[in-house]
Amino acid sequence: MDLKEKLVSSFIAFENNVDIDSPVHDIRSEAMKTFETTGFPSKKEEAWKYTSLNSVLKHDYSVFPNQENALEYRDIKKYFIHDIDTYKIVFIDGKYSSHLSQTTHDGIDVCLMSSALNKPKYRLIIENYFNKVATKDSLASLNTAFSSEGAYVHIPKNKLVDKPIQIIHFSTENESALMLQPRNLIVVDENSHVQIIERHQSLTDNPVLTNSVTEIFANKRAIIDYYKVQNDNKNASIIDSTFVNQKDQSHCLVHTFTFGGKLTRNNLNFYQNGERLDSTMKGITIIGEKQHIDHNTLVHHIEPNCESHQDYKGIYGDSATGVFNGKVVVEKLAQKTNAFQSNNNILLSDKASINTKPQLEIFADDVKCSHGCTIGQLDESALFYMKQRGIPEKEAKALLMFAFSNNILNSVKIPELKQRITKLIATKLGVDIGFDL
Amino acid sequence: MLQIKNLHASVENKSILKGINLEVKAGEVHAIMGPNGSGKSTLASVIAGKEEYEVEKGNILLNGEDLEDLAAEERAHKGIFLSFQYPVEIPGVSVTNFIKTAINETRKAKDLGDMPAKDMLKMIREKSEMLEIDRKFLSRSLNEGFSGGEKKRNEIFQMAMLEPKLAILDETDSGLDIDALRIVANGVNKLKSKDNAVVVITHYQRLLDYIVPDFVHVLYNGRIVKSGGKELAHQLEEKGYDWIKEEVNA
Repeated sequence: MDLKEKLVSSFIAFENNVDIDSPVHDIRSEAMKTFETTGFPSKKEEAWKYTSLNSVLKHDYSVFPNQENALEYRDIKKYFIHDIDTYKIVFIDGKYSSHLSQTTHDGIDVCLMSSALNKPKYRLIIENYFNKVATKDSLASLNTAFSSEGAYVHIPKNKLVDKPIQIIHFSTENESALMLQPRNLIVVDENSHVQIIERHQSLTDNPVLTNSVTEIFANKRAIIDYYKVQNDNKNASIIDSTFVNQKDQSHCLVHTFTFGGKLTRNNLNFYQNGERLDSTMKGITIIGEKQHIDHNTLVHHIEPNCESHQDYKGIYGDSATGVFNGKVVVEKLAQKTNAFQSNNNILLSDKASINTKPQLEIFADDVKCSHGCTIGQLDESALFYMKQRGIPEKEAKALLMFAFSNNILNSVKIPELKQRITKLIATKLGVDIGFDL
Repeated sequence: MLQIKNLHASVENKSILKGINLEVKAGEVHAIMGPNGSGKSTLASVIAGKEEYEVEKGNILLNGEDLEDLAAEERAHKGIFLSFQYPVEIPGVSVTNFIKTAINETRKAKDLGDMPAKDMLKMIREKSEMLEIDRKFLSRSLNEGFSGGEKKRNEIFQMAMLEPKLAILDETDSGLDIDALRIVANGVNKLKSKDNAVVVITHYQRLLDYIVPDFVHVLYNGRIVKSGGKELAHQLEEKGYDWIKEEVNA
């Protein structure tokens, strides 16, 4: 039985276990029908031209792990930003771990999707927001069909959330390969501000496939800083679909740091449903071996006077492959749009490759849109300069790579996170730099 | 200290140095002058170990040790310093962090631990004062947005910090106004001792008014065609290079 058949047949059992009267019951059934019709995407589809899922779909994944594993905080502390106080929503093999989490209902809701889906007091939010911005493509639909657990964050208006929220999904040693489908919903109301860090971490050598969907709603003047830390082990793959719906004068910033994982596909979609708002996407990718990354971004400029900024830097070594597919749509009504996109890449080996493809669809006539992409090697004269000062080749290369990605590191607003990312990069490059950048 | 014997070097199969012989002893200052394209910068790069240059014949010895098999960083660890004509910009790495890294990597190569932070700070303060370098300058990204003069001053600052045995100054005077030139030259003079040596590569005699050479060599068409004392530099300033070319071609 292939994975699609397995998922289709387990859906019936899944539906029997959840509340059939739930408002999302119909949404789930509808989504399952969509997935059943479309199946997993293949390279024949334009959006998947450079990424084949074959190598990750071939495993016999357990869709609902029976075994429940516990984790001790001291063993996994390093995956947290632990030097500052944060809210934490932690999952182990898809199940909520109250032991490792720190949630709250004190003025804001930082809790679980399962509660939000089942408790009457969240019903209005679920009705207004759940599955309202996620698209109906096959993988998002598959997630919707099985959506039952994940992070739920609701910040009512005029709140400056006092500390960052960490959402961490662990996967552990199980009887077999594991498929996870977390579903997150983030709703930030007028004038509120929140910082969120999301991470997926496999602690097993078994294959893990995560098909994650996150819906983010930024209402008027909301500010959201969202950081994705992708440094998973070499048997873990993720398809991360994130949908952001923005209202007037809101600011949303999503950083994606990709250093690990076997196959990583990021579908990051912004919909600008308001005026004078801005959307920013930044990323640093440093991968090697046979790792694969596919950044697939969309900014949909719907209303006038808005901005979008995209800045992705990639460093590819060994036989690593990368894709940057950045689409910007400017509707006829969206006059005075400023849309900028930049994708710069360094290839460290002859076998590494990157396919970069900007796609601009502009229907308005009074706009500023720019895009640029570069693919190059490390600057030999800069390397010689540093070596001449006594800095060995490996360290000199690492310094150049830090310099290359520096502007993106500098826009991380949580200092402890910036420090952690810097360390992850140093580890990835195999150097020990004696100072904080 | 430095002995160059019959050095032939090429880049991309184009022969540039065609038999250089030069000996620089500790405590000496040598000036290498010559028209554009004569091979001055190539000579500097070859001594420093730039990989694009192919040494086809001859040797470079530093204190008797052949440098042939040493990488650029190993040569730096042995005390060779090259002040670049065009220093490279490295955004995100401050002047201070860069020099700390350079010093500690050099110490590591000698099996020494990192320089204690206190000593490092003291040294940075002393050397930056000597070169009239502002504190704020040290926390800026290396060479990023620096003026020509700032870049050169930063090169001499690094030289002061690394305390090389052999310093090669490649066109250090270009892009400097007269005040900056004086500061840079004063810095070099203060660093000069009986145990180290300086090779100044320059087009013009101007810098040599401040850093007075013991020997002046004229490089033309890949060879040293004339050597003399400091008066040779004055002669070149007055008469240009044509008479040298004529002598060589005669």
